[in-house]
Amino acid sequence: MSVKSSLKKYITANEAVAHAARLARVDVVAAYPITPQTSIVEKLASFIANGEMDADFLKVESEHSALTACMGVRMAGARAFTSTSSQGLEYMHEMLAYVSGGRYPLVLVNVCRSVALPWSIWGDQQDAIQQRDTGWIQIFTETAQEALDMVLQAYRIAEDPRVLIPVMVCLDGFIQSHTEELVEIPAQERVDAFLPPYEAVVALDVDNPYSISVGGFGKHYARWRKEQQEATEKAKAVIIEVGDEFARLFGCHYGGLIEPYRINGAQAVIVLMGALTGTAREVVDEMRARGKAVGLIKVRAFRPFPVPELRQALSKVKAAAVLDRDCSWGYEGALATDLKAALYGLPNPPAVLNFIGGLGGSDVPPEQMKYMLDKALAAEKGATPGLEFIGL
Amino acid sequence: MKEPIPGPVSKAGSIPTKMGSWSTIKPVLKGKCTFCLFCWIFCPEGAITQDEENRRVLFNYEECKGCGICAHECPTKAIEMAELEHKGKVNVR
Amino acid sequence: MKLKDISKEELFRCSYGCAGCASVLAVRLTLKVLGRNSVFVVPANCISTVSCYYPQAPFFVPMTVMAFAATAAACSGISAGFKRRGREDIQVVGFSGDGGTADIGIQALSGAIDCGNKFIYICYDNEAYMNTGVQRSGLTPYGAATTTTPSPCFEKRPKKDMLRIVAAHDIPYAATACISYPLDFMQKVAKASKINGPTYIHVLVPCPTGWGFAPELTIEIGRMAVESGMWRLMEFESSEFRTTYKPSRKRPVAEYFAPQTRFRHLSPEEIEAIQRDIDRREAE
Repeated sequence: MSVKSSLKKYITANEAVAHAARLARVDVVAAYPITPQTSIVEKLASFIANGEMDADFLKVESEHSALTACMGVRMAGARAFTSTSSQGLEYMHEMLAYVSGGRYPLVLVNVCRSVALPWSIWGDQQDAIQQRDTGWIQIFTETAQEALDMVLQAYRIAEDPRVLIPVMVCLDGFIQSHTEELVEIPAQERVDAFLPPYEAVVALDVDNPYSISVGGFGKHYARWRKEQQEATEKAKAVIIEVGDEFARLFGCHYGGLIEPYRINGAQAVIVLMGALTGTAREVVDEMRARGKAVGLIKVRAFRPFPVPELRQALSKVKAAAVLDRDCSWGYEGALATDLKAALYGLPNPPAVLNFIGGLGGSDVPPEQMKYMLDKALAAEKGATPGLEFIGL
Repeated sequence: MKEPIPGPVSKAGSIPTKMGSWSTIKPVLKGKCTFCLFCWIFCPEGAITQDEENRRVLFNYEECKGCGICAHECPTKAIEMAELEHKGKVNVR
Repeated sequence: MKLKDISKEELFRCSYGCAGCASVLAVRLTLKVLGRNSVFVVPANCISTVSCYYPQAPFFVPMTVMAFAATAAACSGISAGFKRRGREDIQVVGFSGDGGTADIGIQALSGAIDCGNKFIYICYDNEAYMNTGVQRSGLTPYGAATTTTPSPCFEKRPKKDMLRIVAAHDIPYAATACISYPLDFMQKVAKASKINGPTYIHVLVPCPTGWGFAPELTIEIGRMAVESGMWRLMEFESSEFRTTYKPSRKRPVAEYFAPQTRFRHLSPEEIEAIQRDIDRREAE
């Protein structure tokens, strides 16, 4: 059997995600339309209707109910899938914490889109990042292939008995979700070897009855939270393990919690998440060709945050230019903040420059990234000049 | 389900706390029980059991909260709500 | 169904419910009908509050606490999951209060009926948000005082007609019941359990704490609600409404109000107006 899968097609990342849910042998799809995620749901409905996928489609009336229904499916011992964006993710907000605190291993695909107001159907990462404290593992992907592959890996990571924390796989709205690429859709048999059937842990079991999702006062509550924190931390090792195993079976490796690119000898490094990494790679190559010592770090796991990996990658770098497609209004971009906290205590730390860009579907063309890297190259080591809006 | 189960869960039917101490006023069968089972069906706590051999009801003081529904609904007024003489451990069966 | 044939197994014990709580009784009686092969979904309400704090677990069957707005959606998902696992025999029961049904939960209920999976949705109606301390809900009756509708700003809106709302969704089976008529209630639960789709049962449960009466009167108050015409025992099946119990005596609503402090502020004229309204509705 060849290492590569049997089918290659030009498909969008949304369609790739739908294939992944199909291959993961999801039992129930409960999802609601919202731009730019809708075509995932439509594709799944069509797979089910034409018999390509053996699953039930729950015609839920809202995202809040979509995530709740998925949680219910898990409680009954079956596998569920949902996807959403922006306002839909916000509507799910209450249930995000229910799912993670209850230790239900759900997988949710979020096609990142800006949040109202101002109203926008276009992409940025505010929606996902706003939910970073809800206890979900958040992994940002760059390509349609990575989106497909990460949905498969997400089920393995979430359902791992050492983890049992839900996983949010993030795509960038339109530039990734709606862009066609050549994608390898693996064969079902290969996925079955990678992803075994789901064995429920926290469930409604008439043969071994429990009250689940209960409440607790004081130290009971705190004890459960500590266990949740420990499991989310442990997920780092599992994310790497699963990524390695996936690479052995499917031939594609994404680097783990972060993917450094050409950081050897780099003076300035651009740090970012998601599909814009594609542009950044080209900018780095072009600047390197002109003799500039630049590189990039693609942060894949935003939660749990890869502290030791970032400290190690940036320890010899003079400056990091962080591109945030989000902002914590009143402070700065979340990636920059978390990065600075992660670097705290490093002897001779790099400068961290925070650029807010790509908001509300704004393009971040190569010129803007060159500007960021040029500024980083000129920065004083250890400087933290505060945020700058680019592209305005 | 494999145990131990993580997260906020309690094994079904774990009732370390009993509520009998909420009230020292408990039902006592003073009159003739016709075994109509009205008190049994209406007890919110399930603290009344059926003694089929003797065709009468029995009260579980450990779980009875002393609401008095049983005495009020008894068609023959056979149940009286009375103050317990010995608080806590007495169990009239 | 006869009292002597009803299961003697107690599957809900030692909750922190008030003495004389009809909602606790409603859980107990539902479990006598459905038995151990059932799972309960209980959102934020009295029943979850009195049964969900670790380590006390008064439910002897599996249950899950659920977000306030989400009961019906959870039932829908659990039911779908059991169907995929070949366990459609397990009864899925949503046990939600009046707020979790008619207010914050109404959207999810509407959507779940539309999804069409098998579950029994039981609304236990104590006519206010009781577990947070007696605030009005969409099912608080006209004339009642609550902490958010204190006299003279007492509740001026009628109860939302949940039976007609779910009937308008073409639900396969729905019913209204009252805890004071336990066999009628339990027969309706049994009937719902045999339907392969969503079902809805709305059971009136008088609340001594919130309505303001002595706990031993719980069952009698419920009886008076039905005898006065303030609450009707009905079924909706095959697109038709049917009364399942017509009380033999017609009780003046003033007698129903008298033992309850939540109606104490009403003047004789206001009570007369309510009586006229009941009489008019019954004549229709």
